[in-house]
Amino acid sequence: MRFSKALRNLFLVLFSALMISACATAKKEAADPLKNDVYTGTETVEYLANGVPDRVFFATNKFSLTTAARDTLRKQATWLRKNKDITVTIEGHADERGTREYNLALGERRANAAKDYLMTYGVSGKRLSVISYGKERPVNPASSPLAWSQNRRSVTVKAN
Amino acid sequence: MKKIFFIFLFFIISFKNAYSLIKVDITRGNLDPLPIAISPLHVDSKSEKLSLFDTDKLGEEISEVIEQNLRSTGLFNPLKKDSFVQKPDIAHLKPRFEDWRLIKAQALITGKVLVKNKKLKVEFRLWDTIASKEMIALSFTTTPLNWRRVAHIISDKIYERLTGESGYFDTRIIYVAETGPKDRRIKKLGLMDQDGYNAKYLTLGNELVLTPRFNPTNQLVTYMSYFKNMPRVYLLDIETGIQEVVGSFPGMTFAPRFSPDGKKIIMSFAKDGNSDIYTMDLKTRVVEKITNHPSIDTSPSYSPDGKFICFNSDRSGVQQIYVMRSDGTQVKRITFGTGLYGTPVWSPRGDLIAFTKVRKGRFYIGVMRADGTGERLLTENFYQEAPSWSPNGRVLIFYRETKSGAKGEGFSAKLWSIDITGYNERQIKTETDASDPSWSSLLSK
Repeated sequence: MRFSKALRNLFLVLFSALMISACATAKKEAADPLKNDVYTGTETVEYLANGVPDRVFFATNKFSLTTAARDTLRKQATWLRKNKDITVTIEGHADERGTREYNLALGERRANAAKDYLMTYGVSGKRLSVISYGKERPVNPASSPLAWSQNRRSVTVKAN
Repeated sequence: MKKIFFIFLFFIISFKNAYSLIKVDITRGNLDPLPIAISPLHVDSKSEKLSLFDTDKLGEEISEVIEQNLRSTGLFNPLKKDSFVQKPDIAHLKPRFEDWRLIKAQALITGKVLVKNKKLKVEFRLWDTIASKEMIALSFTTTPLNWRRVAHIISDKIYERLTGESGYFDTRIIYVAETGPKDRRIKKLGLMDQDGYNAKYLTLGNELVLTPRFNPTNQLVTYMSYFKNMPRVYLLDIETGIQEVVGSFPGMTFAPRFSPDGKKIIMSFAKDGNSDIYTMDLKTRVVEKITNHPSIDTSPSYSPDGKFICFNSDRSGVQQIYVMRSDGTQVKRITFGTGLYGTPVWSPRGDLIAFTKVRKGRFYIGVMRADGTGERLLTENFYQEAPSWSPNGRVLIFYRETKSGAKGEGFSAKLWSIDITGYNERQIKTETDASDPSWSSLLSK
């Protein structure tokens, strides 16, 4: 009898702990659209055309394209193939948490990762130029993990 | 540690009757600053009046600059002037050492200023009050407008005589002056004396400029500019204002520095997502590729003999510091600690490399031996990077940024310096926010 009561109490404690942590997680996701260190929200995103986001996001110190980034870039490629007279500049950016010179190189790498992907999907390299701004032009000036994730980006900008 | 011991030893030798007065705890790398009396320089009554400034105050002002310089080293404790008994002119001729000893001064500086025929003549003497002896007596003649420089040169002479090392006061700092909101920062090249005075701006702020560095004679500056939205390395003559792009690279060039003989610029060139290190000979325009690796190679810095280059690479997966021969052969990784390492800069003495380290979201400025051993972290903060050496290899200048709020408020970038002992951290005052400092060599050698 005593044993089962103890067990019941333990179960209750465990259950409520689970509920609390579940609540905490749900809340955090809403306020912090970050998945594996990559921004997944739309707050800073602008659109080249209806349904064509202008930017992709990266993890800290990384330049590999996430599934979402590849999806966005395929949309950009489709739009670029349809609008053959448009040329674009791809701007590579880094967050403020790295040394300036390394970040310049990192921004260039990110912009080129996006460029390479667009070329794979049939856009001529002649229509794509790249520029790195390193950490010089943050889109979100805050010093927070969310702002940093929004600043680790490559943005496709119409050049003509 | 060795250096402190050396200074300690020097004090013992030069003030050999006063063992008991000097207390130095070598084990903690801490030095009791030497009490020094800096008498205002006596202004000769025969001095001419000048329209630009008050000649009568020149003696006081020069002694104040000297005082500020010596205090800033953390090695000297300039004594309060209201306790001085002897008049400046008499003290300069023949100090009454027992009076100065009474206020605990172990060294005394006296001097005389004369303005005649539009020339400024400054005489100074350094006295050992314990041994009752003159240690240096020198005089300089120059145009009166140069009075701050004379004060810096005198400070260097005193520093040199008392520490046995060359000074770093007659020097300038080239840096990036920052204004405006964090996401639309306006950046100009700034040039100022080592103590923050005589600041002027070399660019207008129409385009982003980054990472300026002096050549060995301090007449040329290499830096990066986004002029016409083409990020490239530039060369600027600070006397004539003439500037040019360095080389004709089909892409971004960045992270420039001069070779120790001033003949070459070493920098990174980024193409197709890959940054490698290149040099360009300024006379022959010959470009050489030094590294050839699919990783990021940047922030190159020569050893003072020009035989080696330290640089930053992420070829191991994360940012680490490497050393190679100056022709690019024998690449060797030298950092293996936890965290990331960036911005290596070789000390002008050749023995140490200063760096930025990032660990668990904190930024450190540190030094290590050129083979990567003996790492010492000098200062930790939210964000700081890009150390640059004082010409005597004793002090590092770097920049530090503060954490900003949701709208970028509270953001600031300032210049700081710290001794390689890890002591004497202090902010260098600038008119605006500032970053990317680079220290000149001594202007008068």
